[in-house]
Amino acid sequence: MNIPFVDRIEIRLVGKGGQGMILAGMILAEAATIYDFKNAVQTQTYGPEARGGASKSEVVISSGEIDYPEVINADVLVVMSQEACDKYALSMKADSLSILDDENIDCLPITPFVRAPITRLALETTGKTLAANIVALGVLVGLTGAVSRQAIEKAVLARAPEGTKEMNRQALLKGFEVAEHLNEPI
Amino acid sequence: MVVSLMQGNEAISWGALAAGCRFFAGYPITPSTEIAEMLARELPKVGGTFIQMEDEIASMAAIIGASIGGLKSMTATSGPGFSLMQENIGYAAMTEVPCVVVNVQRLGPSTGLATAAAQGDVMQTRWGTHGDHPIIVLSPTSVTQSFELTIRAFNLSERYRTPVILLTEGIIGHMREPIDLPDFDALEIVERVITDTPDHYVPFSNDLGDVPPLASFGQGYRYHITGLFHDPMGFPTQRLDEIDPWLERVHHKLDRHLDEIVMVEEDLQDDARIAIIAYGVSARGARHALKLARSQGYKVSMLTLLTIWPFPEAQVEELGDQVDRVIVPEMNLGQLALEVERMVGRKKVARVNRANGEMVTPQMILDVIES
Amino acid sequence: MAEHILGAHDLDVDEIQIPREDWFESSDTLQKLRKNKKFPTIWCAGCGIGIVMGSLIRAIDHLGLSNDEVALVSGIGCTSRMPVYMDFNTMHTTHGRALAFATGLKIARPHMQVIAIMGDGDALAIGGNHFIHAARRNIGITSIIVNNAIYGMTGGQYSPTTPVGKQATTAPYGNIEPPFPICELAIASGATYVARSTVYHVLELDKYIQEAIQKDGFSLVEAVSYCHTTYGRLNKFGTAPDMMRGLKKDSISKSAFEKLSPRERAENSKIVRGVLHVDDSREEFSRVCRQLSERVRTGGSQ
Repeated sequence: MNIPFVDRIEIRLVGKGGQGMILAGMILAEAATIYDFKNAVQTQTYGPEARGGASKSEVVISSGEIDYPEVINADVLVVMSQEACDKYALSMKADSLSILDDENIDCLPITPFVRAPITRLALETTGKTLAANIVALGVLVGLTGAVSRQAIEKAVLARAPEGTKEMNRQALLKGFEVAEHLNEPI
Repeated sequence: MVVSLMQGNEAISWGALAAGCRFFAGYPITPSTEIAEMLARELPKVGGTFIQMEDEIASMAAIIGASIGGLKSMTATSGPGFSLMQENIGYAAMTEVPCVVVNVQRLGPSTGLATAAAQGDVMQTRWGTHGDHPIIVLSPTSVTQSFELTIRAFNLSERYRTPVILLTEGIIGHMREPIDLPDFDALEIVERVITDTPDHYVPFSNDLGDVPPLASFGQGYRYHITGLFHDPMGFPTQRLDEIDPWLERVHHKLDRHLDEIVMVEEDLQDDARIAIIAYGVSARGARHALKLARSQGYKVSMLTLLTIWPFPEAQVEELGDQVDRVIVPEMNLGQLALEVERMVGRKKVARVNRANGEMVTPQMILDVIES
Repeated sequence: MAEHILGAHDLDVDEIQIPREDWFESSDTLQKLRKNKKFPTIWCAGCGIGIVMGSLIRAIDHLGLSNDEVALVSGIGCTSRMPVYMDFNTMHTTHGRALAFATGLKIARPHMQVIAIMGDGDALAIGGNHFIHAARRNIGITSIIVNNAIYGMTGGQYSPTTPVGKQATTAPYGNIEPPFPICELAIASGATYVARSTVYHVLELDKYIQEAIQKDGFSLVEAVSYCHTTYGRLNKFGTAPDMMRGLKKDSISKSAFEKLSPRERAENSKIVRGVLHVDDSREEFSRVCRQLSERVRTGGSQ
């Protein structure tokens, strides 16, 4: 009997509106499809606010067909705000991994997680908190290998506006570096 | 072309451009707005016009006006705007003016939840405007189909002189998937052809087959268009001997061409006693459930409806005859299930409904298969 | 029938008696009417709408426009039945929406003369939003509003131009809603040609409609008419000729109005007839659309 969906990876990226979670999901899906030649689907949920509120971006990656486009039980969760954590840190696989921006989250999920000061590192590395989503992508890819490092770097640079490419590359590399130094999930 | 990651709404916009759409009138509304934004950017590049009207009533009116002026025309909206468009959709049906209306469904009724998706407008697309009327409604299940069915919508609209509704929803509209856009020049596109001279032109003839050719205004074919019942020349009539042939023809023009209009995807399994019939985004969860069920040894067939109106009666009936149970998942409280029940009998149908903005999950469908 | 009106049709009194089959051939302006459409019109005997139709076909004839280049778009109501009788590209649309349909048509066929013919309820109540926005865009549509201050087709309900205190079937104790001043609304919204006359002053109507058609942008002619069948009956205004005489008595030309003292002007309750507004500074909208496309295609995106 064949078991379908063995290589289906489900990733959920959540934060406040304006933190760039939807863009991060797009970049991740582009890394998977355009640069890693896999299949991917990105979906999103957001509130009526243009800024603030809780925003959710989901990416499903597989080498085969992706039928159900949304996350069923997340393998990986990236959380950038407490409100989003409360709302979206649900339906996780038992062996999932959550990556928390530890200065923004104080109420912790019950599934395994790691913490890193993502927003502060973005500010220190690039001078802008805006790049926190790219640092988060670096941590995510560094820890999980959901897509290749080359693919995520190409996808980030392809999306970055002229004049910000180097800044975004630095943010991504900082994420990779953080991932190297993070210990086993707590 | 290179594979790119694209939203359903973007794919609809590219589909419209590929089909030759040169006029878009719309009013901003979540979750359809990306279509307006993209066509505002792209239409001027190809000599077309985007106009943001004062409301959805005006948008619908303007696309009919532009279409009768000879431009392939489209609007896009969501529930509240779609409700406002109903009267003029009926006008397009009555006057047999081609046009494409995209409804990116959101959770209703009323303002509902703008950012949550639903499939709650299925019956409205069929019966939203008053009076018996022909209508074609297509529903894509993916980003690629959003592109393909938009082109199809324009082609059917021109071929059958009817409004065509592309019924999608906020999930596929905003979902990004890889798509390989074809060469636009290689696509089969239906254009208006008129062979009669102005002197002999009968705009609503009942004697030229089911679909009389459409002459655009400004080409020397002067005639009258009205939302009133009209005679073959377009003039108002109350004569039964003129009303009846018209009614018969406009319903026949779809009924007699179902082979071309009705599109379904079949994934049948020999000896299956269970079937899933799904459409739109719910077909995605259904397909996932289908694979899980088959991997567990269940024999299950699936029918995906790409055309939902006219309802694919023959296909549904035939499948219904072969199985004991038909599962119909929908993001509403049971709308197209009513049609399935009409064809296969109520006792065979198991509805799986979710009307809170969330998708019907594969597990919900699997639970029914396993029960 | 007055000599000058017959003259405008190239008719003399004897010719009125000509057989119906030859009727259309008897005048150039009547070539603008549909030969294959059953006359008489649906309008009540004595109605002013037919007079506006006469002015419209004379204006089009005077301008030398071919029937093919004219599109006539209407909504719903007594006035909106006008296009069916006229041999142009004609479109009888939904209530209030004539200008929205006409907007799409004008963009698709910018070289056509697109004329929207509406009633007061049609243009200003259900269609009020389209009216102000068509004027704001300055889209090249000639709009004609036949203002009879009532919903005639549905039997005499008050409209957005019914004066306060007048009777209507839905105002059995007298109308309590203040009316819209049509021309002032059009001017404030951006129309580039605005004129008003009455169905008594036919030659003025002929001239204003001609000028309105010649304008590139959004133009408006308010043709003040009457409805003796409903409004007149409910308010005891007498017969159609009585109401016609009322239009003569209760109107004043713009030039006469301007000669009045400031106090007399302030107290004036008569209909002021004349060209009330002309603005040649604004670009027509369908041309603006084409210019935008041209600009985008030649590389400038700003």
